[in-house]
Amino acid sequence: MAAALPAVALLLGCCGAPLASGVQDQAEQFFRSGHTNNWAVLVCTSRFWFNYRHVANTLSVYRSVKRLGIPDSHIVLMLADDMACNPRNPKPATVFSHKNMELNVYGDDVEVDYRSYEVTVENFLRVLTGRIPPSTPRSKRLLSDDRSNILIYMTGHGGNGFLKFQDSEEITNVELADAFEQMWQKRRYNELLFIIDTCQGASMYERFYSPNIMALASSQVGEDSLSHQPDLGIGVHLMDRYTFYVLEFLEEIHPASQTNMNDLFQVCPKSLCVSTPGHRTDLFQRDPQNVLITDFFGSVRKVEITTETISLDRDLTVFENEHRHRLEDEWLESISAEGDLEVLVDNRLDRSQQCALAAKRANCILDCIKWSMASWSKEVILPLHFVLVQPHYDIARFL
Amino acid sequence: MGLLSDPHCRRALSRLVVRLNTPLCVLSYVAGLGWFLAMALPPLAPRTYMSENAMGSTMVEEQFPHGERALAYGRDFAAQKKKAGGIPVAWLEKTMWGLGLEVYKQPFARTLPFPDESRERYMVKGTNIYGILRAPRAASTESLVLSVPCSEGTQNSQAVGLMLALAAYFRGQIYWAKDIIFLVNEHDLLGMEAWLEAYHDVNVTGKMQSSGALGRAGAIQAAVALELSSDVVTSFDVAVEGLNGQLPNLDLVNLFHAFCQKNGLLCTIQGKLQRSDWDTLPAYAHSLQTLLLMVLKQGSGRPQGDHGLFLRYHIEAITVRGINSFRQYKYDMTTVGKTLEGMFRKLNNLLERLHQSYFFYLLPSLSRFVSIGVYMPAFGFLILVLALDLWMQLNKCEAASEPRPGLLALVPPLVVCHAAGLALYLLPVLGQRVATQHFPVSEAEAVVLTVIAIYVAGMALPHSAHRALPGGGSDRGWMTLKLLALLYLAAQLSCAALLNFSLGFLLAATMVPAAAAVRPTGPRPVLAALLVLSTPAVTLLLGIFLHRELEERPAGLAEGWQLFLQALAEGLLQHHLYGALPFPFLALLTYPCWLLLWNVLCWK
Repeated sequence: MAAALPAVALLLGCCGAPLASGVQDQAEQFFRSGHTNNWAVLVCTSRFWFNYRHVANTLSVYRSVKRLGIPDSHIVLMLADDMACNPRNPKPATVFSHKNMELNVYGDDVEVDYRSYEVTVENFLRVLTGRIPPSTPRSKRLLSDDRSNILIYMTGHGGNGFLKFQDSEEITNVELADAFEQMWQKRRYNELLFIIDTCQGASMYERFYSPNIMALASSQVGEDSLSHQPDLGIGVHLMDRYTFYVLEFLEEIHPASQTNMNDLFQVCPKSLCVSTPGHRTDLFQRDPQNVLITDFFGSVRKVEITTETISLDRDLTVFENEHRHRLEDEWLESISAEGDLEVLVDNRLDRSQQCALAAKRANCILDCIKWSMASWSKEVILPLHFVLVQPHYDIARFL
Repeated sequence: MGLLSDPHCRRALSRLVVRLNTPLCVLSYVAGLGWFLAMALPPLAPRTYMSENAMGSTMVEEQFPHGERALAYGRDFAAQKKKAGGIPVAWLEKTMWGLGLEVYKQPFARTLPFPDESRERYMVKGTNIYGILRAPRAASTESLVLSVPCSEGTQNSQAVGLMLALAAYFRGQIYWAKDIIFLVNEHDLLGMEAWLEAYHDVNVTGKMQSSGALGRAGAIQAAVALELSSDVVTSFDVAVEGLNGQLPNLDLVNLFHAFCQKNGLLCTIQGKLQRSDWDTLPAYAHSLQTLLLMVLKQGSGRPQGDHGLFLRYHIEAITVRGINSFRQYKYDMTTVGKTLEGMFRKLNNLLERLHQSYFFYLLPSLSRFVSIGVYMPAFGFLILVLALDLWMQLNKCEAASEPRPGLLALVPPLVVCHAAGLALYLLPVLGQRVATQHFPVSEAEAVVLTVIAIYVAGMALPHSAHRALPGGGSDRGWMTLKLLALLYLAAQLSCAALLNFSLGFLLAATMVPAAAAVRPTGPRPVLAALLVLSTPAVTLLLGIFLHRELEERPAGLAEGWQLFLQALAEGLLQHHLYGALPFPFLALLTYPCWLLLWNVLCWK
């Protein structure tokens, strides 16, 4: 938060508009969520041709999550079997999620990070906790930090307190809860949304004890999750009911949607799903009413352009002003010292567009800073910020 | 103290058992038969269900369109067969090649132990032809088999036609994960055995000569043998009993039943339709009939179709027969083809061999089954009779006052009886030449008559050998012999029931009362009649009559006798050709045991 606040404050300040109290709420809304990046870990744990629907489930969620903005580099997709290339698939290289073959969720740009026999309990836990051998390629790592919101979706065959991996091993709810606690201790997530679509899925979130976890399951303990529809041409069930209705729900969501978690909890009532979906929010600090779907399913959009100035904490504003004035004198020197840190101003764009462009660049650089920095102490971040990001704000200010 | 650990209690219990021995034996025997008869009722025969997850429900879309093409192929085949006077090798090869299969032919030759009526010569030569449809995207590690026998005359030509049409259709699909082998075997079981032995590169029965480099398609997961002799069918019959009473996995039968129901085909088992009412007496009689037919067929140890020989290689197989009877509604080739297509598509989804469902069961109808856990108690009660009788014998032996005879006194009867059994096993086939030289009969008749002659002669063997040894001729002597005979019988029947329940049960049901009751004292004619009635040969004869009765075409005495002789010949032949076990079991084990009991009867 410490690094983001000055940047945002300056950004808002540089446009030089008078402050209005109505915008205060907007600002509060802006800081509602504490995350700066999104990750998704999507796991399908079943193999064999008759478990086609589990792969289709996972790929459907993958499609939605990509559509809403999370890039492949931030998605860890684990598929335990390859349905698209199974010799029994009458439509090779496709995985359909809807009968009559309307939607091919396999597509041509799917990136599977853990495939086939690599999907094991050990690998899954290593991904979550980050205890990965150094030779692991980047695409197989969950490189989250304490500002990451992570969506974890799991599907497969499960029972009371366990989820079956690959027909040969299980992960228990205790192991999963401990893994999440490790993640919390290592500051690997800001908030976590855990969705599970298996039989007796609610048993998997019973043991969670780390803060900031919200969990959804497709069925209660003692209930089976049912599959949705068979396709006679392919000869298997294509999807599970719960995920099917979640998908229908997600299709309505776009990156700027304000739909919140309470709506997601209502998805798939017993009349449609036959099982009773459950959820758990007691570990979550915010009210689900205030949690946007896009906080987990989409990518963070930390940039909002407004023409009004918002006054924040007075001390903070003074501090920022001091820094700003100090740097004004040194600005030219710092720029020349860095040489190539020039900011281009395009005269063809008008003021608001310049502002927007500057804001976008600032955002990018912020991300870069965050990625490359090992420590986030104020002393380290602020100078770097002022050197790299400040020029953009000042340009916008000077416009 | 416990009932069995307190010596006082134990003595009282054993005294009770000895005193009430006869009523207990009778009760146990009646309970065994009663349990068997009750197996046809719903509580003991639950509904069948598909156990294999990979096969799931019948949700595939069958799209087989080539019904007419199948009939055309069938007609062509019939014409070619007539012209070639056997299997039209060249035509089949060319047609299969044209359909895009990899064609192989396997000539084989087999020397029969004696020429039977149907073949009338010692050497049988034939050719099997098969085409392999390779799975488009899978390594050829597993395969399925669709086999059609090429029989004499015009039989089964429509089956060959349907097989070729199915091959043409299957060739155009891309979802096959296993290779499919389309096999036309000549001389029915003989050709099938030759093919299986060559495919698996084994020599189970010996003396089978075959040649040619054979194409393989990996391990066979399941097989369906098809028999169809008419252009339209009114019903589909399934045959499950295999060689030595081995049965295929129940899931395969369930698969067949499910697809017949899906396509609206009428399906039967043992030639009998399903009845929907379960509580009425006629329905009970119907399912009891079906159950008895299955027990008789399984007990005979004969494979009821070409599928029977696959089971030995742990390949689940059934035979499917199209029947054209006098029913109004007829099904065309397309429906039949769709059913088979559906079955093969579901078998294609298999990941492992069929193993989830039962291997030991009895079917009172297609939708109900009796598992091994439910039918074994019936046999258990019968063996209990023997056990009770043994107990009583032991007690009598201890109570008798005479000195124990040495075990040596028992050796002559044992040796003589087993020698008779060995003679029954070896002499008929070995001595057929001698018999044909001296009597005006054919080889098959000679063999059968020799069997009967030795059988009867065994009964007339002098049984006085035991008198020569000290201690023989006494009461203790026959009691000990009876003890031994009962133990022997119990052991044999238990082993038989484990492998082939029907054989064990039928022998137990007939032999146990006589074995328990036999003794040299008492009403000898009655006991003699009882013992003669319980002999395996008479059981076979009665079984044949019962079988014909249940099939609703009762046989007269003369016809029954002919069938009996045929059954003897078949038993011998099948033992020599395919390794069927009932004949050696009966000749080498059960007959000597029965002779021992006869010995006991004729002790004095």
